[in-house]
Amino acid sequence: MAMTITEKILADHCGLTEVRPGQLINAQVDIALGNDVTAPIAIEEFKKAGAKRVFDRDRVVLIPDHFTPNKDIPSAEQCKILREFARAQEITHYYELGEVGIEHALLPEKGIVLPGDLVIGADSHTCTYGGLGSFATGVGSTDLAAAMITGELWFKVPETMKFIYYGKMRTWVGGKDLILYTIGDIGVDGALYKAMEFCGETIEQLPMSGRLTMANMAVEAGGKNGIIAPDEITRQYVDGRARRPYRFFGSDPEAHYAEVREYDVSTIEPQVAFPPDPGNTKGISEIGEVHIDQAVIGSCTNGRFEDLVEAARVLKGRKAAPWVRLIIIPATPSIYTEAMKEGLFQIFLEANAVIGPPTCGPCLGGHMGVLAKGERAIATTNRNFIGRMGHPESEIYLSNPAVAAASAVRGRICSPEELD
Amino acid sequence: MKFVGKAWKFGPNINTDVIIPARYLNVSDPKELAKHCMEDQDPQFVKKIKRGDIIVADTNFGCGSSREHAPIAIKAAGISCVVAKSFARIFYRNAFNMGLAILESSEAADGIGEGDRIQVDMTTGKIQNLTTGMEFQANPMPEFMIELLNDGGLMKHVMKKIRSPHPS
Ligand code: SF4
Repeated sequence: MAMTITEKILADHCGLTEVRPGQLINAQVDIALGNDVTAPIAIEEFKKAGAKRVFDRDRVVLIPDHFTPNKDIPSAEQCKILREFARAQEITHYYELGEVGIEHALLPEKGIVLPGDLVIGADSHTCTYGGLGSFATGVGSTDLAAAMITGELWFKVPETMKFIYYGKMRTWVGGKDLILYTIGDIGVDGALYKAMEFCGETIEQLPMSGRLTMANMAVEAGGKNGIIAPDEITRQYVDGRARRPYRFFGSDPEAHYAEVREYDVSTIEPQVAFPPDPGNTKGISEIGEVHIDQAVIGSCTNGRFEDLVEAARVLKGRKAAPWVRLIIIPATPSIYTEAMKEGLFQIFLEANAVIGPPTCGPCLGGHMGVLAKGERAIATTNRNFIGRMGHPESEIYLSNPAVAAASAVRGRICSPEELD
Repeated sequence: MKFVGKAWKFGPNINTDVIIPARYLNVSDPKELAKHCMEDQDPQFVKKIKRGDIIVADTNFGCGSSREHAPIAIKAAGISCVVAKSFARIFYRNAFNMGLAILESSEAADGIGEGDRIQVDMTTGKIQNLTTGMEFQANPMPEFMIELLNDGGLMKHVMKKIRSPHPS
């Protein structure tokens, strides 16, 4: 029977030659991930169950990235639970400050997650790794606990929706705009339960950074996972990082899809998602006057090196408007180092930006840039729910890094083209 | 794995606040939670049902919050199984993880009336309306999921595995 890439990876991990949507399977997990918010609960369950060792110390990954550097005493306590557990279990992939970055940027970068993997994480944006051609999905802390102990977990095989992108992207349009446009089109529950498979000539040319950005936001359309078939771009990204074998899977031409949608990307302009959800999108030419108090460039969606380069192209020789706080957060230490070496920090500092240490920070209203009542931010993050970045009466607008940078300069949301 | 009981019907979008109102979330004892199951929809519900009865609902059963208290409350109230046209995504996972048997079938949800006696066979996926004689076929449950339900949920299943590791 013809299968999609998602079905093939799931079948491969449960030892079956084929699986159908709706089928319940018990599958082997390649990587099980937890962070400082979710892992403490899973660790408690682990202990309650009487487990002694994790199934594989190389495959249980613990990343304290949400409230680090420790924001306050409760966060410090949470992180301590991770640290002590990681030490006792001799977890290979546990990283301390200076080595730690935002989980979904760090894991691909370090070659911890690879094409063809089945990855579960107690974090909804675990779906990011689909950009590498893996099946990756967010689960609860109980699921994480079970997977940490047994190395397996049950799944319901999702139906797949296929999204085909063709045409040449306009200037200042990238993966973020394609995914925002798509969520705007199908809505925040448009892909409920389903696998979102992104393909077409535009995707085949999209760099890995843009692919990870697109897969990252699959969950914002309700998707179980987002996935892009691996190719030469994937191979180039993965080679030199991978320390174990990996496999490329692809969809059969006759595979069955629940729905197929096509987009001519040449008609898509930079997108902005208005509050209160990522499906509330508008093209940059239609947004009107929206003044901002803060601009945040970072997160697991758009905190990679390519994103910072894009922001620097806009910010070079310019300054943030005097009433705007510009916060730039490289997602990992190696992105941080590269940005510094390539002179991006100079551009950012001259633009009056503050450069944060790698952390989730303001993305979830944790720390390092929360909003006051009535304040408005443009952010390259993935969620603009009420109160996500601070006060319940503050507002978040989502965009790509170039638009966020240009908006910081103007003091209101605008296209980088407006600055020329 | 078979259940026989009286059907209690519910409409679409029964959310987790209907299943167990948030005001009772300050306790986690299943017996306490069970006392308030479906209270806001039908205050007499827990008194009316008998152990083994079956909930039959429309679409999107269990929508709302991710609280695991919802399937725990239903199970502890004595409901053996929930048949619905569809379940909310998180509820679906939580139900199995907490050991509550659930089955999806649009035909059964339409073909079963309040108070009908029904029999659900999880292993074969067969649902019989013993009152009307009608039969419906849902997806059969694979062996490992039956085992997980029999063990009382995901963590209990895992605990059993730890205690009796079989070579695999
Ligand atoms: S950057 Fe934001 S969305 Fe990404 S993992 Fe951190 S908190 Fe979650």
